[in-house]
Amino acid sequence: MATSDGGGAALAKQEIRPAQSLGGTVAADDVKMRVSGLDFYYGPKQTLFAVSLQVPTNRITALIGPSGCGKSTFLRTLNRMYETVPHARAEGEILLDNEDLLAMDPVTLRRRVGMVFQRPNPFPKSIFDNIAYGLRVNGSHGGAALREKVEKSLRRAALWEEVKDQLQKSAYALSGGQQQRLCIARALAVDPEVLLLDEPCSALDPIATAKIEELLFSLQDQCTLIIVTHNMQQAARVADFTGFFLLGKLIEYNKTEIVFKTPAQKETEDYITGRFG
Amino acid sequence: MLWRNIWRKFVNYFMFSMTGLCALVTVGVLFFILGYLVWNGGSSLSWAFLTHLPTPVGESGGGMANAIVGSGKLLLLASAFGIPIGFLGGVYLAEFGGRAFPFVVRYTADLLNGVPSIVMGIFAWTIVVLPMKHFSTLAGGLALGVMMIPIAVRSTEEALRTVPLVLREGALALGASKWKTIATVVVPAARKGIVTGIILDIARVAGETAPLLFTAFSNRFWSPGWNQPTASLPVMVYTYAISPYDDWHKQAWAAGLVLLTLVLVANVAARLFVSGRTAH
Repeated sequence: MATSDGGGAALAKQEIRPAQSLGGTVAADDVKMRVSGLDFYYGPKQTLFAVSLQVPTNRITALIGPSGCGKSTFLRTLNRMYETVPHARAEGEILLDNEDLLAMDPVTLRRRVGMVFQRPNPFPKSIFDNIAYGLRVNGSHGGAALREKVEKSLRRAALWEEVKDQLQKSAYALSGGQQQRLCIARALAVDPEVLLLDEPCSALDPIATAKIEELLFSLQDQCTLIIVTHNMQQAARVADFTGFFLLGKLIEYNKTEIVFKTPAQKETEDYITGRFG
Repeated sequence: MLWRNIWRKFVNYFMFSMTGLCALVTVGVLFFILGYLVWNGGSSLSWAFLTHLPTPVGESGGGMANAIVGSGKLLLLASAFGIPIGFLGGVYLAEFGGRAFPFVVRYTADLLNGVPSIVMGIFAWTIVVLPMKHFSTLAGGLALGVMMIPIAVRSTEEALRTVPLVLREGALALGASKWKTIATVVVPAARKGIVTGIILDIARVAGETAPLLFTAFSNRFWSPGWNQPTASLPVMVYTYAISPYDDWHKQAWAAGLVLLTLVLVANVAARLFVSGRTAH
């Protein structure tokens, strides 16, 4: 993305309406997730205010903003991971394929909406068992089908060639970048419709980061990706759409090019040009 | 300036020496006890001691086979009863608890841990020995089992709390239920700490004497089944040590040595088992 002004050729087939103010509508058709009027509270403290946005299917959407702006919290409402925190609650509406996500069974939801975390968090198991984990909790009992699926997932995460001879080794033997790709492969193994990535490169060096970004590109035709990043260049490099959060509000949401080149809001421009952050 | 430097170096050196000395004392005490036991009891320790029954008063020789087996049975029963309750209670505290109830449970567990072991004996005596009208392995096992619960609860809880939140989140994010997450990720990750805690727990009650005095009592012969009074190593040490016979004193030392050796062997074996399973 963001190659030139005409770089949105892939998007041309989509109807792009001009950016509206807060929580502007972007793509009219083919919306994977539709968030409207989302408020979020940790106990009495409100951390998200009336967030509305639409996540297009099989695209990469980036969420940027300074630390503590609520972008990670927002991401965690999309698979209800916030529920591990006591007294946290979300109010509003989130639709996943027109189904009310906040009313779904969280276990079912998380099989459809996967997540990759800030720090690589492989389980203290073998590489194979890590990838097979999600399949096993979903009822797979091993055998050739499981092995095939593990290989396919590792290939999709561009890790197969590096680990194919050491599948029984501990996942902790891998480097940080490999571990993060392992975590992506692990999430992909259950064929999620949406993959949430919470600053997946913040603990990695530039070379490992480049590999992950390359990987994200290759995944977007099979999966809707939403990535939180505090690295603006990363958002500009990988994302089709970008949302800018500030103090718990979604300030601007539009095609990445527009957000970075001709932002509609003063706050967005200040942030992007490095006036604060 | 110079004095400050000297003073600082002195304090540094002094504290280093003190901590090192205390660490040495810790290790030293164990080896001192072990050495003393070997010195006094080693001569009575023989194959016969491990495989024969005690001889009648006045005859020399004989062994403590029944006490070794008795202690084993008591610990088996206590573990079968205390470990599952303690383990699952610890899982509850670490993984499911809210605020008020876990606080009460934790506090109660600490109090239970502080209950003098002789009181635990009276408790088992009242609820098992009195209704059955005789001493038994069952009563002794129960008394030891109750004593195991608080440590098993607390050590399991502590071990589970060291597992980073991101591992739990990783499993939950893959669509694992909470219980599945605990059973397949959290507990295996904390396995080392849990097993170590439980071994220490068993080792601790293995040496308990007071709760056995009026529950398992003692026995000069084999104790078949779970229903009869049984000999146990700690009670044998106690009985033999306060006897007026020189020969028995030696056997008491030997029994102490056997008890300590069994605890050490169990400890090392379990640690090897745990580390062997992790390095895969």
